[in-house]
Amino acid sequence: MKKFTTLVSSAVLLVNENIDTDQIIPARFLKATDRDGFGVNLFRDWKFQKNGEINKEFALNNPNYSGSILVSGNNFGCGSSREHAAWALSDYGFKVIVSSFFADIFKGNALNNGLLPVQVSEVFLKALFQKIKDNPKTEIEINLIDQNIYVKDTELSEEFEIDAYKKTCLLNGYDDIDFLVASINKIEAFEAQ
Amino acid sequence: MKKTLFDKVWDAHVVDSIENGPQVLYIDKHLIHEVTSPQAFRELEERGIPILRPNQIVATADHNTPTTNQHLPIKDALSRNQLNELSANCLKNGITLYELGHKNNGIVHVIAPELGITQPGMTIVCGDSHTSTHGAFGAIAFGIGTSQVAQVFASQCLLLAKPKSLRVAVNGTLKNGVLPKDVILYIIAQLGTNAGTGYFCEYAGDVFKNMSMEGRMTVCNMSIEMGARGGMIAPDDITFEYIKDREFAPSGAEFDEKVKDWKTLPTDTGAKFDQEFHFEAADIEPMITYGTNPGMGIKITGRIPNNITDASTKKSLAYMGFEQGESLINKPINFVFIGSCTNSRIEDFRTAASFIKGKRKAKNVTAWLVPGSKRVESQIIDEGLKDIFEEAGFELRQPGCSACLAMNDDKIPQGEYCVSTSNRNFEGRQGQGSRTILASPLVAAATAIEGRIIDITKHLN
Repeated sequence: MKKFTTLVSSAVLLVNENIDTDQIIPARFLKATDRDGFGVNLFRDWKFQKNGEINKEFALNNPNYSGSILVSGNNFGCGSSREHAAWALSDYGFKVIVSSFFADIFKGNALNNGLLPVQVSEVFLKALFQKIKDNPKTEIEINLIDQNIYVKDTELSEEFEIDAYKKTCLLNGYDDIDFLVASINKIEAFEAQ
Repeated sequence: MKKTLFDKVWDAHVVDSIENGPQVLYIDKHLIHEVTSPQAFRELEERGIPILRPNQIVATADHNTPTTNQHLPIKDALSRNQLNELSANCLKNGITLYELGHKNNGIVHVIAPELGITQPGMTIVCGDSHTSTHGAFGAIAFGIGTSQVAQVFASQCLLLAKPKSLRVAVNGTLKNGVLPKDVILYIIAQLGTNAGTGYFCEYAGDVFKNMSMEGRMTVCNMSIEMGARGGMIAPDDITFEYIKDREFAPSGAEFDEKVKDWKTLPTDTGAKFDQEFHFEAADIEPMITYGTNPGMGIKITGRIPNNITDASTKKSLAYMGFEQGESLINKPINFVFIGSCTNSRIEDFRTAASFIKGKRKAKNVTAWLVPGSKRVESQIIDEGLKDIFEEAGFELRQPGCSACLAMNDDKIPQGEYCVSTSNRNFEGRQGQGSRTILASPLVAAATAIEGRIIDITKHLN
């Protein structure tokens, strides 16, 4: 897994709430048997209109937005457990998702792929929405070591929570398989009970 | 110390605990399917890690399979490739696979219970969020991502922080025509789609005590739709009776021993939950959804709220083509789907058949009935339900996930409404631009007969 320590980037603003993994990557694109290439179909049915033309209103098609941070509404990643959603976001180029709430399975999937879910307060998220609306080039600094999100050249910053074990994994690029395989003796002893 | 059902099962499976971190949880059964497993097999192969316990894994083909002409080669090359890869992976690793056409084939959350693989007190995982279904037996069962599928392959364990506990109690007697699907749609409508996030939910009270196993599975299945990783119901005589004599269930003296253990699992009187909710059965009526998440539900005779101000809900109504304050009674419907891991068990088809018998579906309606498994399909035929359905103009297809997620060709066309017994009404879930209205098998059957949404409560004996 790729390491993550700090990131400074502008962001893409997607204000919708309850974005489910069917929107992030529709089921008809789940037929591949490897992890690569899902980015091209990220938010496929929101990126295009019914007639197949590009939906210029959609955040990912807005030329003012750029960067590797996605800032989104409450309850991001609900629904299907498909890890393809995390793969699609990473493959598209996102490294961080900021929201006021993440669905459980998505959060775990993201962390297992070095994609950092940064959960902030509703108040902070609203303020961040406004900053990005006012200036889409607004730079955001994510510091995993200090567990801090800071909006550059403003007073706006907040600490975020992350499981201490998961933090160590991300900082060092470890994944759970390494740990579990190293625990096989304990697992076999448990089975023998 | 007083323990909950969840505590008892969880604590019995903890291999190790990391200080200030997650626990290593042992997994008894790992269910896999074609869509979320191939990348996990590849990862292990690339890293040279063997599969630790292939005999604790059961595989089926369900998500991406056709529901007609299953004996013929699959037309779609990508789908065919995905199924071939599952077969090859299972063969190479000595994993039991119920492939397309096998008598045990079907939707993963339908076959494991009906084969007696799912048992109380177990930990069960699958790369599918509706794994919560198996909690109906008093098992800890939850959906996992593909990285976690690889972890279980490698170690038969997962690293997890213990979730918080939630209890939802529903007491009293359900009204005539109110089915388990209505109960869970009501709970989700009351609590919202993220009320359960971070929790494991136990369903308790008269309503669940008196519910069949099929009904309990419907309820636990949709736990994830309120954000909960899993749902559980205490095992009791109804549970034991269901398991007895099934293919992989323990038998004879071993079964009796197991039952003794299983009887110790229910939550101790006085055990504490982190969160509790209480509802009255009498308040629940047949439900339907009007929006694009399962929490947007109303009683079938109700109206869409007329005080909606937030942009996400407005967008949702615009997608559905509904207005604030509107009633959905008499809304014309052209598609009806009875199936999915939520409602594709024999009881669901019996319910539908009891309403349909002697009637004929409306001309405007395409009505698909998709059994959850080969066994359910056989039961439908053996019990004479197939004749009832066909005489009424319904199409009985072959088992699979089908139009619940529309990965195969079973898609609802752009802009069309589908009254569906599945679990998700997300935008495009049943096909690009499709509009899903979630309901019970009874409401779905009635909609197909009338060609429009009706007040089912007026049509019951």
